[in-house]
Amino acid sequence: MLQFILKYQVFSNKEMAKGKRPSNDINASSMADIAFLLLIFFLVTTTIDVDKGILHKLPRWDPDVEQEEIIFHKRNTFVVLINARDQLLVNGEIAQVATLRSKAKEFINNRNRNPNLSVNPQKAVVSLQNDRGTSYDIYLQVQNELKAAYRELRDDYGMYEYQMTYSDIKLARKKARKSKNNAGVQKYTDMLKVITKEYPMRLSEAEPKEIGEG
Amino acid sequence: MAKFSTKRDKGTPDISTASLPDIIFILLFFFMVVTVMREVELKVKNRLPQATELTKLERKSLVSYIYIGEPTKNYRDILGTAPRIQLNDQFAAVKDISNFVENERTQVDERLQPTMTFALRIDKETKMGIVSDVKLELRKSNALKINYSSLPRVD
Repeated sequence: MLQFILKYQVFSNKEMAKGKRPSNDINASSMADIAFLLLIFFLVTTTIDVDKGILHKLPRWDPDVEQEEIIFHKRNTFVVLINARDQLLVNGEIAQVATLRSKAKEFINNRNRNPNLSVNPQKAVVSLQNDRGTSYDIYLQVQNELKAAYRELRDDYGMYEYQMTYSDIKLARKKARKSKNNAGVQKYTDMLKVITKEYPMRLSEAEPKEIGEG
Repeated sequence: MAKFSTKRDKGTPDISTASLPDIIFILLFFFMVVTVMREVELKVKNRLPQATELTKLERKSLVSYIYIGEPTKNYRDILGTAPRIQLNDQFAAVKDISNFVENERTQVDERLQPTMTFALRIDKETKMGIVSDVKLELRKSNALKINYSSLPRVD
């Protein structure tokens, strides 16, 4: 009896010092379940949305300039009108979004061939005007096509001048920047400058009209 | 019958599931890393248009979002279906934008302020009227770098 009490005493002392169970390892069988629960939580909350979009630079706001409209030479302006029914008028002709890109390219890259189109790419201006009732989707498609037209022209020019497309030069510059190759960055920046000087994107957006707002 | 029983006796050994927790953990870590928690609750419809000439927005801290679209179902009873602007977590009017721009600017290092981008997340069925008003307001507050958020499209 005494022996038992003694033994008990010893055990309870141990218990005080070590914790309730004398065994050392935690039962890990529920680990997978816990991980599963967390996994499901993150699966549900995850939204892998990469933020992408069409970059656009707005002109500076200047109340004085706003009043007087800058008049470009008629020949050198590529006029795109969009009405409240999402119909396009390009240089006085009804057009579709699908043909806008080739039309814009033809206009910009005319280089004095057709007397009705632009004199040269540096002088060409794209003028865009929409109605307040135009849908945003069409507006963005038009912007996208105009941007694409310039990108393609720049790609071609880059290929001709440097055997590299404009987009590739941009990528190469990004890579150079990452690897801290300053000479490379400078080289590519200069190349890009030459190309954008040849094909400057001049987009003039007029204040929208308020004719057919539904 | 006898044939069956002999086959069953031989039986392939069970696949060890000991590595299962590790596999799950790897998956878990992957999702933890790629997860971006939604910062704002969307109160307007936001089906973005599709485009091809996209630029990736880098440096999220320098990007502020302006949402425009029809109010979602919960708010339609109060606000109707006319497109609304949402700034941060609440509906706003066009005149609130200059305030919003100033507010966003103060949260960014002064040297980086010119590189700030305002991403316009606009529902594709919105009419241009409200978009033009927002753009004009952004110009007035000298926030000139904007980004029309859109989804990639394969031609």
